[in-house]
Amino acid sequence: MNRLERKDRLVRLALLVVAFSAVSILAVITVFMFEQGTPIIFKYGVKSFLAGSDWYPSEKSFGLWPMIVGSVYVTFGAMVIGVPFGLACAIVLTEFASKSVRRIIKPVVELLAGIPSVVYGFMGVVILVPFIRETFGGPGLSVLAASIILGIMILPTIISISVDSLQALPPAYREGSVALGATKWQTVRMVLLPAARSGIIASIILGMGRAIGETMATIMIAGNAISVPRSLLAPVRTLTSNIALEMSYATGEHRQALFATGVILFIIIMALNTVANVTSARRRKAKG
Amino acid sequence: MPTEAVAIRVRGFSQFFGPERTLANLDLEVLRNEILGIIGPARSGKSTFLCALNRLNDLVRGSRVEGRIEIDGRNIYEPDVDVVELRRRLGTVFATPIPLPRSIFENVAFGPRMAGTRDRMALDEIVRDSLEKGGLWEEVKDRLDTSALKLSGGQQQRLCLARILALKPEFILLDEPTSGLDPVSTMKIEDSLRKLKKEYTIILVTNNTKQAARVADRTAFFLDGELIEVGPTAGIFTAPADKRTDDYLRGKFG
Amino acid sequence: MSLDPRLSQRVARVVLWAMTVVTVAVLLFIIFFILRRGLPAISLDFLTKNPVDMGKGGGIFSTILGTVVLTALAILIATPLGVGTAIFLTEYTWENTVTRVIRFGAECLAGIPSIIFGLFGFILFVTKLGFGWSILSGGLTLAFMLLPTIIRTSEEAIKSVPSAYRQVSFSLGGTKWQTVTRVVLPSALPGIVTGIILSIGRSIGETAATIFTAGSALRIPTSLFSSTRTMSVHFYILAREGISMSRAYGTAAVLIIAILAVNVATYYLMNRFIKKYS
Repeated sequence: MNRLERKDRLVRLALLVVAFSAVSILAVITVFMFEQGTPIIFKYGVKSFLAGSDWYPSEKSFGLWPMIVGSVYVTFGAMVIGVPFGLACAIVLTEFASKSVRRIIKPVVELLAGIPSVVYGFMGVVILVPFIRETFGGPGLSVLAASIILGIMILPTIISISVDSLQALPPAYREGSVALGATKWQTVRMVLLPAARSGIIASIILGMGRAIGETMATIMIAGNAISVPRSLLAPVRTLTSNIALEMSYATGEHRQALFATGVILFIIIMALNTVANVTSARRRKAKG
Repeated sequence: MPTEAVAIRVRGFSQFFGPERTLANLDLEVLRNEILGIIGPARSGKSTFLCALNRLNDLVRGSRVEGRIEIDGRNIYEPDVDVVELRRRLGTVFATPIPLPRSIFENVAFGPRMAGTRDRMALDEIVRDSLEKGGLWEEVKDRLDTSALKLSGGQQQRLCLARILALKPEFILLDEPTSGLDPVSTMKIEDSLRKLKKEYTIILVTNNTKQAARVADRTAFFLDGELIEVGPTAGIFTAPADKRTDDYLRGKFG
Repeated sequence: MSLDPRLSQRVARVVLWAMTVVTVAVLLFIIFFILRRGLPAISLDFLTKNPVDMGKGGGIFSTILGTVVLTALAILIATPLGVGTAIFLTEYTWENTVTRVIRFGAECLAGIPSIIFGLFGFILFVTKLGFGWSILSGGLTLAFMLLPTIIRTSEEAIKSVPSAYRQVSFSLGGTKWQTVTRVVLPSALPGIVTGIILSIGRSIGETAATIFTAGSALRIPTSLFSSTRTMSVHFYILAREGISMSRAYGTAAVLIIAILAVNVATYYLMNRFIKKYS
C-alpha cells in the first residue's frame, strides 16, 4: 500500500470520526427532547394533553388545545396570504418579467429572507396592530395580525423555491405549448404549474414549517391569550410562543410540559417532511 | 523495459456485480504495440472489460472477479497491487468527452499534478508534448488558459486523449471514443491512434465495425460477456470462424 | 366559465402583476421603514460605545461584539462538522438505510423551530452542564441549530457534482482523497459556501435561541463563560419594553445592513467562483 493510499485510509478514518460526532449530536438533541418530554405526556394522557383546554401549570393542568388551535389558525392564515401572493410573484418573475426586472426583484426577495423575525414582529406591533384595532376593533393583537405578518415572512421562502422549480423546467415545455397555440397564461396554468408541482408543494411545506416554528414575531403581535380564538380579531397563543413565554420560570413538571410541546412540534415537522419526501418521490417515480 | 510480445494476458477472467455475471471466462491476449479492436452489440461487456483492465470496476458496489489478468507477467488483481499506478499505466478515454471545468492547460496537467509533479517548467513541457501527440496542439497553443468547456466535441475528445498521454502510460484504452463526433474529428482521432501505436499498446472498443476495420490490427468479437473470437482484422471481417460473428458483421443483429 | 383565452390571459396578467407589485412594495416598505428611522440613529458613537442605562443611552457596541462572537463560535464548530459529515456521507459510504435515516433526521432537525433549540440549550448547557448563561452555551446551541442545515446544503452541493468528473479523476490515477479535494470540493464549493453564509445570516438574526442561552447581559464579555446580548435580543428588549425607540430602530437598521452585507458577499463569491470554474 503506497503512501497515497495510506493517507486515504487516514482521511477516511478522520471523516468517519467527524461524521460520527455530528450524527451523535443530532441524535442527542432528538433523544434528549423525547426523553424529557414524553413521560409527562403519558402521565397525564395523550388526550388530556392535546385536547385539554385548561393550561394552568401551577395547578398541574396541562391542556394544549388552545395553543394547538392557535398555531393551526395562525399557520393556516399565513398560508392563505403567503401562498397566493408568493406563487403570483414566482410566476411573474419566471414567465412575465423582463430580465432586468428579475435581476432587481430576486435579490430583494432573497435579502428579505434574512430579516430577523423580531423586526417583522416589530413592524406588526408598530403599524399593523394599531391599524387592525382602529379599523376592525378588538385589541389589534390578533389572529389576523399574526397571519398577515407570518404570511409576509414566508413569502421569500415560497417565492425562491417556486422560482427555482419553474426555472428548472425544460424550455421544451414552453416551446411545445406555444407551438400548439396556447397563450402564455394557458401554458402556465395547464403545463408549467402541474409540472413544477412537487417543487411548489415543497416550498409550501417549507413555508408551513417556518410559520409553525415562528416564535418571536407571534409573541409580539398575537396577544398570547390562553384561549381558543373565537374570531380573526381575537388574541391567540401559539405552541412556540407558549414555550418562550414560560420557559424562564418553569420548573419541574411545568418545564417537562414545555418539552412535551417541543416533542409535539418535532412530530409535526417530521410529518411535514415525510409528506414532502413522499410527494417528491412519487413525482420522480411517475416521471420514470 | 518490457519487450515481451504479449503485453496483457487474460486468463479465465469473470466479472461479477453482485449476483450478475457481466464477463464470462475470458481468455485473451493483447500484443504489444498493436491496436486491438473490440466489437460487439450493446451490453456485450466491452466497456466492462476495459474497466476491468484499469480496475475502475472496483468503484462499483458489489464488484467481484474471478480469474486473472496479467500485465507484464503480474496479476493486477493481487491484493498488494498499486491501483493508482495501474490506472496511470492504462490511460482511458471514454465515450463522452469529459473535460474538467478548468483551463485546457490545467486539464492536461491534472494527472501529472496528482502524481506529484509540481515544477512549472516540467508541466509546460508535458502539456505541450501531450497535446502534440493528441493532435490538438496547433489548435489550442495560443489559448491554453481558456476554459476547456469552450472546445468543440472533437477537440474535447482529443483533449481527453492528451490528458491521459500526459501520464506517459503504456496502454491506451478507448471506449467508443468517436461515437458522438463528426466524421472529420473521427478521422483526426483515428490518425492519431495510428501514429500512437508505435509507442503505446492500444485497445479500442467500438460499436462501429467499419472503424475497427480501418484502424485495428486484430479484432475481438464480444457477445453477452463472452469472447467469441479474436484474430487479425482482415481475417475476422472476411472469413469469421464463428457464425455469430458473421451474423453480427452482416448486421443481422446488434 | 369559458373565457376567450386572450382575455383570460390579460386578466391573469393584471392580477398577477398586481399581486407581485403589492408583495414587492410591502417587502420594500419594511426595509425603508426601518432604515428611514434607524439610519439617523447610527453614528460612530452608536457603533463603538456601550449601552448606558439599560440601553436608554449610549451605543450598541457590546451587542455587536456579542453577535459577532456567538456567530463566529457557532460557525467555527458547525462548519467542519457539517461539511465533513456531508463529504463522508456522499463520498465514503454507499447509500443504505443508515445514510437515509441520517439524512431524514438532518432534514427534520433543520426544520425544528429555534425556540426548541433554545429550550434544549437552556436545559443542557445552561442548567445541566452548569455553563450558565454564557457565550459557550449560546455558541454551542447555535452550532447545534446550524449543523443540520449545513449538512444538508453541503450534501446537496456535493451530490450535484457530475459523477463523470469523479470517473475522470479516478481513471487518471487519483486516490479518493485527491478526487474529493481536486474535483468534487472545488465544484461543490459555491453551494457549500452559500449554505454557510446563509447560516451566518440566520445566526445573526436569531433571537429565541440566544436569549435563553447566552442571556442578555450588556457588559462587554470577558470570557467564554460571560453572558452576552446579541443585537437582535437587544432590539427585542428595547422595542418590547419601550426603552428607547430611536435606539431600537438604530439596532434594527444595523441588523438589516449586516444581513444585506452578508447576502451581497454571497452573491459576489458565487459569481466569482462560477466564473473561475466555467
